[in-house]
Amino acid sequence: MLEYIWLIPFLPMVGAIINGLLNRRLSHAVVNTIACGSIFLSFLLSVGAFFALTRLEPAARFHEVNLFTWIAAGSTEITLGYLMDPLSAVMCLVVTGVGFLIHVYSVGYMHHDDGYARFFTYLNLFCFAMLTLVLGNSFLVLFVGWEGVGLCSYLLIGFWFSDMEKATAGMKAFVVNRIGDFGFLIAMFLIFQNFGTLNFREVMNAAPEVLIYGGFTVTAICVLLFVGATGKSAQIPLYVWLPDAMAGPTPVSALIHAATMVTAGVYMIGRCNIIFSMAPTAMATVATVGALTALFAGTIAVTQNDIKKVLAYSTVSQLGYMFISMGVGAYVAGIFHLMTHAFFKACLFLGSGSVIHGMHEEQDMRYMGNLRKYMPHTFITFLVATIAISGLPPLAGFFSKDEILWMAWSNGFKFQWALGFIAAGITAFYMFRLVFMTFYGKERINPEVHPHESPATMTVPLYILAGLSIVGGFVGIPAALGGLNHFHHWLAPVLDASSAHEAVKHAAMMVGDGGLAVTSALASGAEHAAAAGHAAAAGHHDLTEYVLMAASVGYAIFGIAVAFFLYNRRPEIPAKVADSAKGLYNLLYNKYYVDEIYGAVFVQGCVNLAVYLWKFWDVVVVDGFVNGLAKVVAMAGSVLARFQSGNVQAYAVSIMVGAVALIFLVAAF
Amino acid sequence: MDFQISDLSLLAPHMVVTGTALLVLLVEAFRPGKGRSDATYLSILGLLVAAGLTLKQFGAPASTGFAGMLIADGYAAFFNMVAYVVGILTLLVSDSYFRSEEYEHGEFHALMLMSLVGMMLMSGSNHLMLMFLALETMSISIYAMAGYMRTKEGTESSFKYFLLGGASSAFMLYGIALLYASCGTTSLTGMVEYFSTLPSLSDSPMALAGIALVAAGFCFKIAAFPFHVWTPDVYQGAPTSVTAFMATGVKAAAFAAFFRIFVVAFPIASGAWTSAFWVLAVATMTMGNFAALAQRDVKRMLAYSSIAHAGYLLIGMVTATSEAGTGMLFYLISYVFMNIGAFGIVIMLGKKGEDRTTLEDYAGVGFKKPLLGAALTIFMFSMAGIPPTAGFIGKFLIFKAAVHEGYIWLAVLGVLNSAASVYYYLRVLVYMYFRESESESGDVIRTSPLSILAAAISVIAILVLGIAPGYLVQIAEAATAAF
Repeated sequence: MLEYIWLIPFLPMVGAIINGLLNRRLSHAVVNTIACGSIFLSFLLSVGAFFALTRLEPAARFHEVNLFTWIAAGSTEITLGYLMDPLSAVMCLVVTGVGFLIHVYSVGYMHHDDGYARFFTYLNLFCFAMLTLVLGNSFLVLFVGWEGVGLCSYLLIGFWFSDMEKATAGMKAFVVNRIGDFGFLIAMFLIFQNFGTLNFREVMNAAPEVLIYGGFTVTAICVLLFVGATGKSAQIPLYVWLPDAMAGPTPVSALIHAATMVTAGVYMIGRCNIIFSMAPTAMATVATVGALTALFAGTIAVTQNDIKKVLAYSTVSQLGYMFISMGVGAYVAGIFHLMTHAFFKACLFLGSGSVIHGMHEEQDMRYMGNLRKYMPHTFITFLVATIAISGLPPLAGFFSKDEILWMAWSNGFKFQWALGFIAAGITAFYMFRLVFMTFYGKERINPEVHPHESPATMTVPLYILAGLSIVGGFVGIPAALGGLNHFHHWLAPVLDASSAHEAVKHAAMMVGDGGLAVTSALASGAEHAAAAGHAAAAGHHDLTEYVLMAASVGYAIFGIAVAFFLYNRRPEIPAKVADSAKGLYNLLYNKYYVDEIYGAVFVQGCVNLAVYLWKFWDVVVVDGFVNGLAKVVAMAGSVLARFQSGNVQAYAVSIMVGAVALIFLVAAF
Repeated sequence: MDFQISDLSLLAPHMVVTGTALLVLLVEAFRPGKGRSDATYLSILGLLVAAGLTLKQFGAPASTGFAGMLIADGYAAFFNMVAYVVGILTLLVSDSYFRSEEYEHGEFHALMLMSLVGMMLMSGSNHLMLMFLALETMSISIYAMAGYMRTKEGTESSFKYFLLGGASSAFMLYGIALLYASCGTTSLTGMVEYFSTLPSLSDSPMALAGIALVAAGFCFKIAAFPFHVWTPDVYQGAPTSVTAFMATGVKAAAFAAFFRIFVVAFPIASGAWTSAFWVLAVATMTMGNFAALAQRDVKRMLAYSSIAHAGYLLIGMVTATSEAGTGMLFYLISYVFMNIGAFGIVIMLGKKGEDRTTLEDYAGVGFKKPLLGAALTIFMFSMAGIPPTAGFIGKFLIFKAAVHEGYIWLAVLGVLNSAASVYYYLRVLVYMYFRESESESGDVIRTSPLSILAAAISVIAILVLGIAPGYLVQIAEAATAAF
């Protein structure tokens, strides 16, 4: 079974090739059978691989398949292959499972679109790239998938071409991601330089010997990898592309910008957890950036009126939670939240797509209201997913989010915990604000629009995802609630929490010596981590855990209550509040003006610098020089005067300057 | 100078190409005519025969001839192959260009073949004098090719290139003279022997100045900052197929000789020239990329982008190990495919007497001509270094070699630069796919089966080299193993 894992990514690729080449010659039925069929087969294979792994000893649960030797020549030998282990298995199941549901949903959603086959081609191609990313056995394969998903997302965002807004969004996504990739590439070079290999298992096994704990190299590698993650997973400061990317078709938002691609950064850190655990400064950075993003994006979501924009900022915020988790060393909790988030966020996005579909492309919630009357199926599934993301027990979001916050607290990252905790209530507030504005209250629908429920190919996936949002958390019920936490045991061989604890403990010693400048949060955290480690080992549970659990549930209910009051009972109040706190409201509504600031500083700055550099040398220095000379030359009746831009002399001067500079550079040595 | 008949066997490929050039001229004299591609087919045939002869040099032990002036080794063979590829692709993309301009004369083919002979000799020269003669053989043909169409721009371009090329050759020749004065020889082997007797080169400022001036001459040919100033004007003014030829062939041949001479003959001074090239590499990449950002004309943008590519290749010169050489060889061959491919598309999107190269002219082309659009997309991705294209592997190999030698900052700057370059490569795609097409853009195009073949070959090569680069890397590694 495990021999065939290469088929998991290749089946969608075959689907993409067939649909891509035959394109318009195929009927819709054939196109969607190929597209959905290929990804469904991948899902079955992933399930098979999962069970094949369960039959192995926990320590032996990995299987590497070398596909081919990419570069093999003396000094360099790079083989490409796939690696199936518990972490990859989880990711494969999420990508193929949720991916399949979204494919099915798209059959209904894209029905009327001209580019039907093209859409499914890109969607399948994306699945191929994403599965390559999660199955790759080395940094290089991961990077190929990493670039591939970026490319597909670029293609899919700009799916309805000829629309300048979408083109700009796609372009922005691509350029911002390249900035992130820059970090990733440099990290990859550093890893290659230090390890002489890019294979995950080899690097991770050798890491304790090759790298020095908390040393400059390991910190640099981890920070640079994290720069890559901030690009792909939309964290501060590179999150700006994700909300704009919502310009694409809604199934794309669900698949790429909620469930799969954007979690690639989280997966990558999980994959590299051993080296991350060796770099406490980098870990503290990850946790802090994640916490800031969680809160920052959450506050923006509060004021948005576009249904997809709310969900987009909510995604950024939830990704922030995953990074908090990674940063505090709770890798399993991060992956757990990744999975549950894939369920409920895909459900929310697809639900919003169903609303938009039924509302004839209306996305502004101010022109909705009382839609539960027209779209009962969409409403009920959306509500379930909203409860899940708000963190109410016993739905999936409760278990995963609570585990993250608890791990942050118990590992001593109090500051990050506080930010995450505040954001949790805000999440419940803006999500229920969305529900009340869309599905309850007075109808504010444009009279020309006649809302209708979506077809079964769209609602059935919604029900399945809603079901997963309910039960998805049960695999990871913490021991504190009497659960067995299967999820934790399953991932333990890859994301061994004890080594993380060791690392954090180690950090405590280092900080105690004053040898390392880490945040104070980490310092206090280390002691707690040690304590928590002991506590877990002893099998008894801190009262704090229950208190915090109760607090976050209470806080979420409070958020929901406020939303209920403001957007259902007294819908006139929000406008008044916005009016009386105009400054704050505008700041949030305009997303802290970050886009504008980036535009002015980086984009315009870069363009100005480019023009300046170009003009400075090629125009001012070189051409300008000629303005003086040209007259002389013209008077001399030189043959050169025939040329309107007779800058040859100036060019010669540039070459002369270069030659003199070279002599100086070489001889000065 | 002793000379053996057997030495001629080293020159077999060169003689075939020269013979083809003469034959093309003869055929042209007896059968002048328009609308036929005799000269093109004949030239391609000649290049294929030469390629067959060159194939035998791979794997064979290196041999020298003509009193050690010419060397035939895997490295020279590799660059001869590059020259054939450049030649064949240029001939293919030229076909529709000259056809639509109604300017089909065999002289162009003959000039190009002569220039190729110069390039082939450059990569095989083991002696500065032969290298210089080869460089001039290559250049003089190109001066004529740039002004071949006798348009105002073409003549201006040709004349500028000629004057500045002459000036830079003078620098180089002066440098060779200084080296002769200090070493008593200009053979690479002889110079190495002389330098090995010196404790350090600081005792010989004359030799150092000579090395710097030779470097200046090469920097002109590869268009490194600040020797690049001629590039945009000359590239833009010349007929597009000549631009493609200049941008790829000249750069490859110049780097071939540059690398061999500096790594073989001047390793003693490497401390001096690596730091100089470090500065040049960074300045060239940055200048090329930022200037390209500011362009709104695709041909001019490609000119600046070729400067940036020279900057990445200079990273290989700084590293100066055989690992870096492998990367440079791979980079150059992928550069040939993506650049001629891109220029080929630029040619096809023009029409008679009008090149139509502004970004606006590309609006909507992606839909009107989906295959051309897809091909240009692949070329742009490859230039930007995005996997799975050959451009990515080339950059990867060069940066990897640099990191291996500890030039981490250089690699960082290189990666940063290539990240910035994505913006202007992508802008072409944005115009092609996201802008409403202007009335005329992409309507009238000049294609011919041959130019479409060139685009197809380039696309396939870029993807094959990007997905399965192993074989070529092996060949390149064998070619540079001696350094």
